[in-house]
Amino acid sequence: MSTATVVVTGLGVASPTGLGTGEHWAATLEGRSGIRRLTRFDPSGYPAKLAGEITGFTAEEHLPGRLIPQTDRMTRLALAAADWALADAGVRPDELASFDMGVVTASASGGFEFGQNELRKLWSQGSQYVSAYQSFAWFYAVNSGQISIRNGMKGPSGVVVSDQAGGLDAVAQARRLIRKGTRLVVSGGVDASLCPWGWVAQLAGGRLSTSEDPARAYLPFDRDACGYVPGEGGAILILEAAEAARERGAHSYGEIAGYGATFDPRPGSGRPSGLRKAVELALADAGAQPADVDVVFADAAGDLDLDRAEADALVQVFGARGVPVSCPKTMTGRLYSGAAPLDLATALLALRDGIVPATVNVKLSPEYDIDVVVDQPRHLGLRTALVLARGYGGFNSALVLRAPAPR
Amino acid sequence: MSARRVVITGLEVLAPGGVGAKNFWSLLSEGRTATRGITFFDPAPFRSRVAAEIDFDPYEHGLTPQEVRRMDRAAQFAVVAARGAVADSGIEFAGLDPYRTGVTIGSAVGATMGLDEEYRVVSDGGRLALVDHAYAAPHLYDHLVPSSFATEVAWAVGAEGPATVVSTGCTSGIDSVGYAAELIREGAVDIMIAGSSDAPISPITMACFDAIKATTPRHDDPAHASRPFDGTRNGFVLGEGAAVFVLEELDSARRRGAHIYAEIAGYATRSNAYHMTGLRPDGAEMAEAIRVALDEARLPGEAVDYINAHGSGTKQNDRHETAAFKRSLGAHAYRTPVSSIKSMVGHSLGAIGSIEIAASVLAMEYDVVPPTANLHTPDPECDLDYVPLDARDQLVDTVLTVGSGFGGFQSAMVLAEPERKQV
Repeated sequence: MSTATVVVTGLGVASPTGLGTGEHWAATLEGRSGIRRLTRFDPSGYPAKLAGEITGFTAEEHLPGRLIPQTDRMTRLALAAADWALADAGVRPDELASFDMGVVTASASGGFEFGQNELRKLWSQGSQYVSAYQSFAWFYAVNSGQISIRNGMKGPSGVVVSDQAGGLDAVAQARRLIRKGTRLVVSGGVDASLCPWGWVAQLAGGRLSTSEDPARAYLPFDRDACGYVPGEGGAILILEAAEAARERGAHSYGEIAGYGATFDPRPGSGRPSGLRKAVELALADAGAQPADVDVVFADAAGDLDLDRAEADALVQVFGARGVPVSCPKTMTGRLYSGAAPLDLATALLALRDGIVPATVNVKLSPEYDIDVVVDQPRHLGLRTALVLARGYGGFNSALVLRAPAPR
Repeated sequence: MSARRVVITGLEVLAPGGVGAKNFWSLLSEGRTATRGITFFDPAPFRSRVAAEIDFDPYEHGLTPQEVRRMDRAAQFAVVAARGAVADSGIEFAGLDPYRTGVTIGSAVGATMGLDEEYRVVSDGGRLALVDHAYAAPHLYDHLVPSSFATEVAWAVGAEGPATVVSTGCTSGIDSVGYAAELIREGAVDIMIAGSSDAPISPITMACFDAIKATTPRHDDPAHASRPFDGTRNGFVLGEGAAVFVLEELDSARRRGAHIYAEIAGYATRSNAYHMTGLRPDGAEMAEAIRVALDEARLPGEAVDYINAHGSGTKQNDRHETAAFKRSLGAHAYRTPVSSIKSMVGHSLGAIGSIEIAASVLAMEYDVVPPTANLHTPDPECDLDYVPLDARDQLVDTVLTVGSGFGGFQSAMVLAEPERKQV
């Protein structure tokens, strides 16, 4: 197995905190949250009413008209984010050999709003009214497929679905492909299912916050934790072998240094959560000690039991208050497969600027012996970041990022 | 390059025609078909009214009432197949490190059947745009995210290593096993429970394939409706099912004296970057995937004894695929038996790739090449040896199995005997 260094050379962000890396990072540092009352549909009849919505995205400004009727919102956002990421990396796909470029994205629920609209036609009008695009516009592979087509990328591709942990699993798979010889891989994830049908399905998970106060609805590691606010969006990352990136004079945001994944035991087994093990595996893969980690971007479930499990894992690995912890998700909500890629982008920007973003709205519960950065961003020298992501059912993934070596 | 080699030591198949690997192999080796008129719902409004359905009673296979309530049909298939594969492998998990066993389940369309039924209810037959959460099933979230399939399988076998669902459309079943093999090769795990499952036979799926005329309208003769490589083919027959494997590192499989079905010798996937549903006739990207998979297996094209084709029975697919075989294997393509089991079990989308791996492995096990059923009329564009109608006895050491899917994905896997039977 090759252990070639794999770096991130481009970022494309589509988040409730902003479209594009600059807007997102500025809002994140200023603590401007994108969580508000839903506008996409009328939420008054539902117990949960808040979401992290993306505002100001007009697909027609970013994509050719023929793509509009055949795409769900999450695919339009993903295609735009992929364009931004490629531009940021200074990559023109038509200048590279097509088989040297791959695409690996994560998905959670596919193009759910597109599916909703076609299901409605099926049951209210009849099967002959269902769109010809339904056969692919809603399914989980659509973002990888559409990104590969738009950019002429014929190399190895893939799609992983592990609920919210999937974003890290996709990036780890992208690193594998590069280590096996693919020149460049577009990775990450973008999700959006803020439609009535998606809302009802998310409500069934039982963890959505029913608070109507955007500042009090999603409070990980707070005594008043009461569930999470969902959101839409995510990030697309361009990954390349460090050597190839250097040869073309590309800028590197940092290295995908380590990765580990586990699955929690069946409920009632009495065995502990696998989160700690995932962290240990990622650190070992990175050749890093706990003391090397300068900041952790937590999964931040906003659920008392899950927050407890994550705080315990962090204390076990890093010691009490052993490392600063940031949860910028409190400004976006949880973005499903888009959440971890957005955290990776945010973490790489944090490494670049030496700033840990604040976890807005949260008053840290004294029950957790962890150092959550609240109120104000913290300025620190940062070399190494750990990003955690957990998925519904028991998925645990951990990824270590390392800042580029000084030139 | 790592020396770790990956082998299949257990398998189970749920396919139309009968649950279980034995029933599956009987159907294939006898060249019988399991396609029929749809019974799950009234197919009258649809253009295509045939499917390959499984007669499946989850209680007969050990699922509990709560498991049945919680899981979509495809998740039920996955769990039954996973348990069967583990039993077949004879592996004892007690005493093994649970973090060293992982799970990958492929699925193209997840809990489509459950979602279709639930939507009908919460929308009150499509009347409500603001669907009513008070009528939602308590486990609807498990249908929203098909990652629940991996959750259920991990719980069923007690795996605590990496788990995920691989969803690359109709190549999911190959890609899931390829992904799993890679995790063993790189050393992250020692055992993978890997396979795929789909249960797409629902009104929304029939409607969307009707809309693009991908499925056959041959409802007057359902038993002979799936006609891969035949001159009269006019679309695929939708199927359902699952196949799951136990994958292990070769040396540890040998140490425990496991029965070794086959080695996963090579795997590759490429994209056509052309169209979400269309294929260019030259098959260049599938040919590239085949070449890379053979390279990884360190085998020349001439080593391939049998090609288990995607063979969906659409006009464009069978032509595309035939071109890809010629492009990658040259003259050897004409000397190699090629067959499509979709002629018998239909096309179960993300599941079929693993079901076809199982067919390939069983062909090696029994030294029998399964036939392409319903193949009577030659097509000048499909001029290879497609093993029409009857199975063929021959030594099978090395099999190439391929898949092609919406999104442009083209995947190839090479399965080989770890020890050659023939020189």
